[in-house]
Amino acid sequence: MVTATFDETKLRQRAWDVVAEVVDPEIPVLTIADLGVLRDVALSDGRVEVTITPTYSGCPAMNMITLEIELALEREGFRNSRVRTVLSPAWTTDWMSEDGRRKLREYGIAPPQRARSRRALFGVEQVACPQCGSANTEVLSEFGSTSCKALWRCKACREPFDYFKCH
Amino acid sequence: MAVASISISETPLVLYTLRRADDALILGHRLSEWCGHAPMLEEDMALANMGLDLLGQARELYSYAARVEGNGNDEDKLAYLRDVRQYRNLLLVEQPNRDFAHTMVRQFFYAVFADLYWRAMMRSKDATLAAIAAKSEKESAYHVRHASEWILRLGDGTEESHVRAQDAIDGLWAFTGEMFDVDDGERALIDSAVAIDPAGLRPQWLKTVSAIVNEATLVLPKDGWMQQGGRSGRHSEHLGHLLSELQSMQRTFPGATW
Repeated sequence: MVTATFDETKLRQRAWDVVAEVVDPEIPVLTIADLGVLRDVALSDGRVEVTITPTYSGCPAMNMITLEIELALEREGFRNSRVRTVLSPAWTTDWMSEDGRRKLREYGIAPPQRARSRRALFGVEQVACPQCGSANTEVLSEFGSTSCKALWRCKACREPFDYFKCH
Repeated sequence: MAVASISISETPLVLYTLRRADDALILGHRLSEWCGHAPMLEEDMALANMGLDLLGQARELYSYAARVEGNGNDEDKLAYLRDVRQYRNLLLVEQPNRDFAHTMVRQFFYAVFADLYWRAMMRSKDATLAAIAAKSEKESAYHVRHASEWILRLGDGTEESHVRAQDAIDGLWAFTGEMFDVDDGERALIDSAVAIDPAGLRPQWLKTVSAIVNEATLVLPKDGWMQQGGRSGRHSEHLGHLLSELQSMQRTFPGATW
């Protein structure tokens, strides 16, 4: 019994490691673990059950991520895995890992801020330019190329950039 | 060969969920009609983004309605295979886009309501509706801010934009009352804390809407007669046209996937 439990722990860890490497198709520098989209990997009756949560209600990447998870597990010999989507607790950008924030910045996307001003009626957010680091930036549009991003512009280096919205 | 509509067992909870799903789908579809036509690129993306948020909310709500109903329907059947009289959305959200001012005023009236509504619904005793609410309120906060900024720009902008914004407010005002209406089936859900009483949201809705409208140098019409019907399936002529476009693929090629 003890051995079985030990194997199961190892197996679960291996499955987690496989799943954690799956990347967001729209921001391929971030894994679903970096994003906080991956909530749980469990084993039941020898099948892997993965729990993920969507970033935004309408995020079209979720179908793709589900498929990528199933394929990644299949490649490592985990058959008949199941991916479950849960809404609660609702995903927040606060779940994004420090590593994820660094990777985003290096990729040219300003990471979401922790102290959120989401509820302020008119924006007072201060976002540093991911290119030159200047705080002299302005918002162009709160809705960008994907649901999770806003469009900003740096007034110092004149470069437009994406900002990962607080959520 | 067109495919027939499905029939729905409308228990109070199924109907309640469908009504909210229909609001989100129809308004989301209206916003998507701007895709490629908005006055500028940033706005084109913003409208499509918000349409996508609403579509996401609609999908969750339809899926839940189908599960509660338990008759083998799913989100696609509910969206694509119900006829116009089976749709239960607010008349407000089906109103045509007309000019940008009309689109924004419609968006503003609905977004301020939806934001208050979803925040209140996070306390629903129904775990699924509460979870959908917690997701949706994050998105609606952005929608309110976006629409509010436009009301200010349009109202306090040029003479032309002011006239158009005021015209939109006057034209759409009579559709706002329906957001706060409740029927007997919903009353029972409110009593069991599954739903919230929307009438309780009206003072705050009016406060937020008035503040922005006043700052935009526009005026709200006096409260008068309010148009009803959407919640019981009696729609304006516009919804049928919208659905004929939204549903044409599934009606023509039943079960088509790609």
